[in-house]
Amino acid sequence: MTNAWISGTIIALLAGAVGFFVVLRGSAFAAHAIPNGAFAGAAGANLVGINPLFGLVVFALGAAFGISSMSRRTRSDVATALALVMMLALGAAFLATSSAYEPAVNALLFGEILGVSSSEILPVVVLAVVCALGLTLLYRPLLFSSIASELAVAKGVNVRLIDTLFLVVVALSSALAVPVVGALLTFSLMIGPPAAARIVTSSAHRALALSVVFSLLTLWAAVASSYWTDLPIGFFVGTMSAAIYLAARAWMRLDSRRSRRALA
Amino acid sequence: MVGIDLLEVVDVDVALSGRMVLRDVNFRIDHGEFTGLIGSNGAGKTTLLRVLLGLQDVVRGRVLVHGEPMTRSNSSVGYVPQKVLFESDVPVRVRDFVALGIDGNRYGLARRSRHTYELVDEMLESVEAAAFANRRISSLSGGEQQRVLIAHALVSKPELLLLDEPLANLDPGSAQEIIQLLHSVVTNQHVAILLSAHEMNPLLPVMDRVVYVANGRVASGTTEEVVQPEVLSALYGHHVDVLRVHGRVLVVAGGDERGDSLVADHPAVVLE
Repeated sequence: MTNAWISGTIIALLAGAVGFFVVLRGSAFAAHAIPNGAFAGAAGANLVGINPLFGLVVFALGAAFGISSMSRRTRSDVATALALVMMLALGAAFLATSSAYEPAVNALLFGEILGVSSSEILPVVVLAVVCALGLTLLYRPLLFSSIASELAVAKGVNVRLIDTLFLVVVALSSALAVPVVGALLTFSLMIGPPAAARIVTSSAHRALALSVVFSLLTLWAAVASSYWTDLPIGFFVGTMSAAIYLAARAWMRLDSRRSRRALA
Repeated sequence: MVGIDLLEVVDVDVALSGRMVLRDVNFRIDHGEFTGLIGSNGAGKTTLLRVLLGLQDVVRGRVLVHGEPMTRSNSSVGYVPQKVLFESDVPVRVRDFVALGIDGNRYGLARRSRHTYELVDEMLESVEAAAFANRRISSLSGGEQQRVLIAHALVSKPELLLLDEPLANLDPGSAQEIIQLLHSVVTNQHVAILLSAHEMNPLLPVMDRVVYVANGRVASGTTEEVVQPEVLSALYGHHVDVLRVHGRVLVVAGGDERGDSLVADHPAVVLE
């Protein structure tokens, strides 16, 4: 259980920060496609008997570079969809060939936080530090190109490079989160909390910080709920992420009603 | 820098997708001049602005800033696009957005000094946008956003400001306010302005020079020199008339070889 808390906390901190930019850039589809595609990597790694994290990282990075490269020639949603279907097709082939039993496949799809072993913590920490450093380095040009790409280009920001590097950060974060939260619902942690955060504050710094806090609260609550109910953690992360967004919307609506009344 | 123009465009040809869109472009802009880049939609104004920003390669010719070849992201040149589409709940305040004009291209976390924010506030003050410095940028009206975009471009202290159709989405009242604001920028901050527009009349009171784009070619000079039937007829490649009515200039396609008056959807028809 301790391993679950440690790896879950690291993943939540990272997903909150990465998710802030995912929502800001309108990259939700890429954040959905990369972990789903990476699932095929884990299935492939199982097939050849190596650490699934290795397969996840390789396939997630492949998806990131594939989306980035194809987006230069076609619409980014089409590029993302093509990368997703190619990797899902590979995943289907790997699963059909593999002797992996159903619970292992379920764990990859829907998450299995209680299955995190001590030996898996170190790679999670290392990759999370790499992602955090990457985000810190990219912060200003990433923020600039996310809100006003044309102006960023005119100011000398290499928007294509920033796009690619950000997708690499999304890929590594997804690879960390898939074994814990599950391929299907990893992206919910990168969408719900940051989408809620940006509703309640107009400051980028505060929205980023709030996104991390909301993500952490969501994951901690999901770990506890999963432990007590035996339901997959992905279920709780998905529903709680959506709930936190709806709660933020409702709170803002009440707040603006109160402001209107005060003015009247 | 005495004797050297701020911006000099010499014999520039530009091609897009293998098709020549601008030929033999020549003009100069000096410090503190207000220049209108006038032409109908699709004439090549935005392409020319991209050339001046170093974002579009030329087939031939040179673009010089202070006599030196133009480089991408030259700090002497600021840029205001036609419009930036901000999402409704984008979590960025006006003040922070303007500050990105100073350091948005630098890597690492922002550790902005008091001096940076003083500069930002000064620019917001100069475009009369200080009142909404702490508001979410997406909550502003079109005219207010245009002011903020101008502050964003001015905050890095450029000597030349390029504006791509800044009046296109504004109502006439807001457009007049922006023109007066830009005129005060030229007068008070001695920044040269090149503003693209498809209609020159709103700019006539403030424009020192005009760069007129039509038919892939350019004529430049004062309004009196350029907006003449002979000059524009040569530019369009067929006869056009220039009518001056109540202080407004109308550029109208003239009669064709049969003596008929052309009023069709040709770029030369009722240009102004």
